[in-house]
Amino acid sequence: MSSEDKIRKFILENYLFTDDQSELNNDDSFLDQGILDSTGILEIIFFIEDEFGIKIKDDEMVPENLDSVNRIVAFIERKQQE
Amino acid sequence: MIQALRHRGPDGYGFLLEGPVGLAHARLSIIDLEGGGQPIHNEDGSIQVVFNGEIFNFLELREELEARGHRFYTRSDTEVIVHLYEDYGDDFVHHLVGQFAIALWDAPRQRLLLVRDRAGIRPLFYTLAGGRLYFASEVKSLFTQPAVPRELDSLALGEVFTFWAPLEPHSLFRDIQSLPPGHRISVEKGKLKVDRYWDWAFPPEGIDNHRSVEDWAEELRELMIDAVRLRLRSDVPVGAYLSGGLDSSVITSLIHNFTNTPLRTFSIGFEDEEFDESRFQKTLVEYLDTDHTHVTCSREDIGRIFPRVIWHAESTILRTAPAPLMLLSQHVRGSGYKVVLTGEGADEVFGGYDIFKEAKIRRFCHRFPDSVLRPLILNRLYPYLKYSPASGGAFGKQFFSQGMDYINQPFFAHIPRWSTTQRSWKFFSKELKEAVSGRVGFESILPLLPRDIDSWQPLNRDQYVENHTLLSGYLLNSQGDRMAMANSIEGRFPFLDHRVMEFAAGIPPRYKIKVLNEKYLLKQSMAGLIPESIRRRNKQPYRAPDSQSFFRDGKALDWVMELLGETELRRTGYFNPAAVQKLLKKCAAGRVIGFSDNMAFVGILSTMLLDKMFVQGYSSEAFT
Repeated sequence: MSSEDKIRKFILENYLFTDDQSELNNDDSFLDQGILDSTGILEIIFFIEDEFGIKIKDDEMVPENLDSVNRIVAFIERKQQE
Repeated sequence: MIQALRHRGPDGYGFLLEGPVGLAHARLSIIDLEGGGQPIHNEDGSIQVVFNGEIFNFLELREELEARGHRFYTRSDTEVIVHLYEDYGDDFVHHLVGQFAIALWDAPRQRLLLVRDRAGIRPLFYTLAGGRLYFASEVKSLFTQPAVPRELDSLALGEVFTFWAPLEPHSLFRDIQSLPPGHRISVEKGKLKVDRYWDWAFPPEGIDNHRSVEDWAEELRELMIDAVRLRLRSDVPVGAYLSGGLDSSVITSLIHNFTNTPLRTFSIGFEDEEFDESRFQKTLVEYLDTDHTHVTCSREDIGRIFPRVIWHAESTILRTAPAPLMLLSQHVRGSGYKVVLTGEGADEVFGGYDIFKEAKIRRFCHRFPDSVLRPLILNRLYPYLKYSPASGGAFGKQFFSQGMDYINQPFFAHIPRWSTTQRSWKFFSKELKEAVSGRVGFESILPLLPRDIDSWQPLNRDQYVENHTLLSGYLLNSQGDRMAMANSIEGRFPFLDHRVMEFAAGIPPRYKIKVLNEKYLLKQSMAGLIPESIRRRNKQPYRAPDSQSFFRDGKALDWVMELLGETELRRTGYFNPAAVQKLLKKCAAGRVIGFSDNMAFVGILSTMLLDKMFVQGYSSEAFT
């Protein structure tokens, strides 16, 4: 399963509580669309650290890195190259 | 009907059948143990009354009434009601300091009067069915009548999953109304009239610079001493709850310092450290040297007693917090007590809730939306939360910037809470979503608000909305009255004395919350009376473990699995089975840490229990 698929599955199951792939576009903003609540982002960070073996610093917990599926995928790729 | 209310009054029954009316009463004897049986009547028996609650100023009222020639045949507080009614008609209620749900029969006028206390401490439900008016302290009593339909109300569900409680006058059940606080109903010649006799009104905007903090604090202290003194009137011993927070410390300290009542206290603690306040309770027990009982509540306890909690709450609830209070009232009863004073209401009346501070910060940030520094103050909020909405940096900021379009609305403070709660709607079935969409929204609160509310100061608006949603509908109902009465315990609430509430309405908001120091004036008024460590402590709201209480070793309890299984969910039709299965899976994996998932889980589970017990008629014992 690709990083993108893993992230999509996690978001669909845990925040949208559905298997319907059409409910989530990869560019949907988690904040603007109300997909995550305020603690939801902490859960995403747990998930990314567990799943992809990376550590996310405080100053990296910003919408530019984490606010959509595509942004997370790009962020993970950058982190894995560090 | 009265048999269903035996837990509220196990000490005896009384009845009146006269012409078109039937009154029944289940007695919890507290004042005039021998002679206080109800109904109670006036001198010639033409006015009859049954009531649940207490009239705390009955001694003063009795003296006045006797001076005017009224004759009393009991020592009960109930008797002042019939004589006051003779003198003042429906306005008798303005003379009462108390908590009450009253049913009064005026035989000469063939007229029934129902009255509920100002804050909504004692419940009163009613319904019209088959051409009859049925009323009772709890819905389960109405459901003993075959004419009364048993159905959950879709709109009320939409309201609970937004505001935490159905909006007045709704109950969770179709066609069953809750008489709102401060209201009365008269029925005469087949006509039913509802009117409001009291509301918690605030003064128009304007800053009162005439009085010093010391001056306000002194008057408040005197008023609180009197509110506590009146609530110790009883012919049976009176105890007090002690949470370790400011509010119950105020009550217990006032009892200790200003009355001769021996102090007997009760507290609840948690195995989970995140929720436990035992350390602070111990400080106060030692300071006041009280005779104290401490009860520890585990997750297992909450899971075990939860069906009984819903049986008594008669509502969908979004938190498990009422459950430990039911456990506590059971211990109070077991210790031989049936009356306790509690600190409930102080947060609403004196500005203690985080939601008020949160709104203050959001308004502070809104003044200069581009400011980088102003939002940093968010970090001052929620120091007690393991997973705070203020954490998550930019994401936390987003949480608090919700609803800025509503900055001038009276419900501005409540938007983050209501938005978070409405996230549960994604678990609604298609049918329930359709039933509530466009019919329940934030604006649904507007018809309930006073016309001049826009002219009030922001904190006062926030307090009013809080009072008419969370306090009366959830805290007093599901967490207060019902959890105490489940074990035949009467709770008394000095902070909800209407004289205290009216006084608090006039306090300048900047003295209620000084910068971000909540309940500032209350704290000032208690200087020297409670330990400094408690007076200066950051507020920790009372909470209990939520969804975790229903899972063991990664598996839901058997009755939870069954109730939230596909068969039951499809049969009842409120929730989407596939979505609920995913939530169950997330809970089982221990990954539910946020408010919204926890609220959704507890809300869904309690709604399913409500359906099972009240619509289908199962006993709470069926869920083990």
